[in-house]
Amino acid sequence: MNNGLLNWFKFASPQSFYPLAGKMIPWFWALAAVLGAAGLYIGFFVAPTDAQQGEGYRIIFLHVPAAWMSMFIYLVMAFWAAIGLIYKTRLSGMMASALAPTGALLTLLALWTGAFWGKPMWGAWWVWDARLTSELILFFLYIGFIALQAAIDDPRRADKAGAILALVGAVNIPIIYFSVKWWNTLHQGASVSLSKSPSMATTMLWGMLLCALAFWMYSIAVALMRVRSIILERERGTEWVRQRLTSAAR
Amino acid sequence: MVWNSFSEFLAMGGYGLYVWGSVAATALVMALEPVLLARRQRTLIAQIRRQLAADGRSTGQAPRSRA
Repeated sequence: MNNGLLNWFKFASPQSFYPLAGKMIPWFWALAAVLGAAGLYIGFFVAPTDAQQGEGYRIIFLHVPAAWMSMFIYLVMAFWAAIGLIYKTRLSGMMASALAPTGALLTLLALWTGAFWGKPMWGAWWVWDARLTSELILFFLYIGFIALQAAIDDPRRADKAGAILALVGAVNIPIIYFSVKWWNTLHQGASVSLSKSPSMATTMLWGMLLCALAFWMYSIAVALMRVRSIILERERGTEWVRQRLTSAAR
Repeated sequence: MVWNSFSEFLAMGGYGLYVWGSVAATALVMALEPVLLARRQRTLIAQIRRQLAADGRSTGQAPRSRA
């Protein structure tokens, strides 16, 4: 038991996480590529035409994964922020900072693909609907988190302020998720839920799930790339960075 | 296979603009983000190495092992 505990703390230090992350990145890229290829193949070549929306529904294979990950990344970011606040571990704050830009980009993609889906189906690029508005607020939360951290010079204080914003903002996630239930919205209800069987064809579902997994692996890969830069930036004065960068390895 | 021809695939049953507009935006973001991150990392490493070399000189020591 002691051993397990020790290992956890070992990788919680930026110094040992940096090379570990470097080794993991190619694997997550490979997984993202394989899952993405499989998901897009099923989504664009196997899944049947939708009875109501024709071929236009195929946006779902990008829209739903982007929307899911936009919310999930926020929760992971808030989790790391909380860990950083409670245990004062240096790496946690760096993880939160590394996730925010990717979360913001996926939120932007969810909004963009949503607009490109809404226009042909609803006749409008945008409506001030509960689901769309709460997702837009999520985008502003990410941007606010990034801006707040950028405005504070001391990384420890930036982490702390960011963490509080991230935790308060987490209340928006259930609002987004349940918005289609709580309010009367134009946005369609959940395509997949835990309590009832999916309301879509099996191949559509598989395509969507594979794409969602691909987005997940992509997010991990880019977040690990970014956290490596953040580690170097913050630890550039330390002995291990000096040793690492004066030897041949990167 | 649900398509009879490539042009049918491109047309997406009349929803081409919307489907491909979504695909293009996603592809752009997912291509650009890792490229920018790799560049950030390379620039950062080069910058730290320059600084380390400069520090080595200013304190009168020979630049570390690499040189």
